[in-house]
Amino acid sequence: MKRKTQRANCLWSVVMTIVCVLYLYPIFMVLMNSLKVENAISTSTAFELPTAETFAGLANYENAISVQGFLSSLFYTTFITVTSVLAILIFCSMFAWYITRVNTKVTKALYLLCAFSMVVPFQMVMFTLSSIADTLKLNTPWVLWIIYLGFGAGLAVFMFCGFMRSVPIDMEEASLIDGCSPLQTYFYIVFPLLRPTMISVAVLEAMWIWNDYLLPTLILDLENYKTISMLIQMFRGSYGRVEMGPMMACIMLAILPIIVVYLVGQKYIIKGVVAGAVKG
Amino acid sequence: MQKAIKRYWPIFVLPTLAAFIIGFIIPFIQGVYLAFCQFTTVRDATFNGISNFIRALSDNTFTHAFWYNCAFVVVTTIAINVGGLVVALILTKAIRGRNIFRTVFFMPNLIGGIVLGYIWQILLNCVLSLLERPLLNLDATAGFWGLVILMCWQQIGYMMIIYVAGLQSIPDTLVEAAEIDGATRWQTFWRVKLPMLMPSITICLFLTITNSFKLFDQNMALTGGQPAHQSELLAYNIYYTFYGRSGPQWRGIGQAKAVIFCAIVVVIALVQLRLTRRREVQQ
Repeated sequence: MKRKTQRANCLWSVVMTIVCVLYLYPIFMVLMNSLKVENAISTSTAFELPTAETFAGLANYENAISVQGFLSSLFYTTFITVTSVLAILIFCSMFAWYITRVNTKVTKALYLLCAFSMVVPFQMVMFTLSSIADTLKLNTPWVLWIIYLGFGAGLAVFMFCGFMRSVPIDMEEASLIDGCSPLQTYFYIVFPLLRPTMISVAVLEAMWIWNDYLLPTLILDLENYKTISMLIQMFRGSYGRVEMGPMMACIMLAILPIIVVYLVGQKYIIKGVVAGAVKG
Repeated sequence: MQKAIKRYWPIFVLPTLAAFIIGFIIPFIQGVYLAFCQFTTVRDATFNGISNFIRALSDNTFTHAFWYNCAFVVVTTIAINVGGLVVALILTKAIRGRNIFRTVFFMPNLIGGIVLGYIWQILLNCVLSLLERPLLNLDATAGFWGLVILMCWQQIGYMMIIYVAGLQSIPDTLVEAAEIDGATRWQTFWRVKLPMLMPSITICLFLTITNSFKLFDQNMALTGGQPAHQSELLAYNIYYTFYGRSGPQWRGIGQAKAVIFCAIVVVIALVQLRLTRRREVQQ
């Protein structure tokens, strides 16, 4: 019996290895094509390895960085993601603590509004939001975090509130009685307790903001600021022939930092996703 | 305690509340109002009653997008959840290298919709051209199944992670007791594991349904609605009505479509909420 299951597990291992190789093939295909010269990339030969004649070395990558401006896109995307996630973590957790600890009709209404905003699709507000962002001059990457804080608040507040309800109030009361101000109580007592939820929220919001396409496209000035998603979409959006080689290189460069971050922080990312799913 | 905290509301509440008002409340209210107006910018809106809604519902591309989207939701929800559960069942066995397999399956989730769309466009077009069939942007059926494959590739890993967590939380004693009582593997799965997994299943169903309903980036990158609006999902249809069409009436119609779309998504969410609540009572 035991030997039989062992053999079955071995077989599953082999099957899963094959499935995983197939699963990774699309990325490998992009890598292959990013190393070909421009006129060797065509629809019907996408699966062929580059040959001596069609091998382009790193020329496409050089083009992506020097001509297409990949590095500035990488900078804007990173900047927007980091500032937005930090803002969401700090301000939304404070907001959530206030509305769980202060029990009035207003705080209840705010909680429900936040939960509601999680459900509303972006298309509902895309036009009005971009016109408001224009009027308030929020249309640069430096202040885009304000928009993300507003539109991403729903999920963050919802998750923080879910956690804070399970935290006993005694410690906070004790610290208030001992003479801490609410701000000190929050940052010395509550904030450290929030770490696991912070990681979940950070992972979920970062995954969304890093890859978001429509919001930055509608709000940012296309001429001056492009995030990575916008840059890749621009290859298709512009008229004339699509430069396939540099596009493949850009896709590869866009995937690379994600894979690195994933392999380094895998434990946290997967934990964050599970916790977020259970509460969301 | 409440009183002490209350005085600090400008510090705790104001930053998020201000951003929330700018980023959600005002745009939402204005959006609902504009659905009843003809406009090209926010300032030149003139009220015209429900005529936007009537025109939106009589727009063939919108009704087509609705049914296309429904079919898409049904197919992807089944495919992704069955796929995710099967992979989770295999990867909770004592297999060598299962952590590596989990890592690989989850990875496509982190890649953005636009990037995924272009990767699969190249791949599927190559397959289609080798089979000597019309390319993605000429064949709506190919576009549909292409999008289904893309979504499976992206989401199976995510659902697998949730199902793995669900399977691991089932106590071993339950499964062992079933085996001692003479249950076959098949029976153990259907009668013991599956009922214990119900919370995970509800979450995953809800996630896949809303994801598929709200899908935009992948749809735009993979087919862009080609050919002739035949492969448009609702979100892309609304986007195209806003920014792809010329004529003063289209923005109002687009906003009306967005309100209808929003209502559909909210109804699904409410149904989901009730289902989970009922289950909590049972437990």
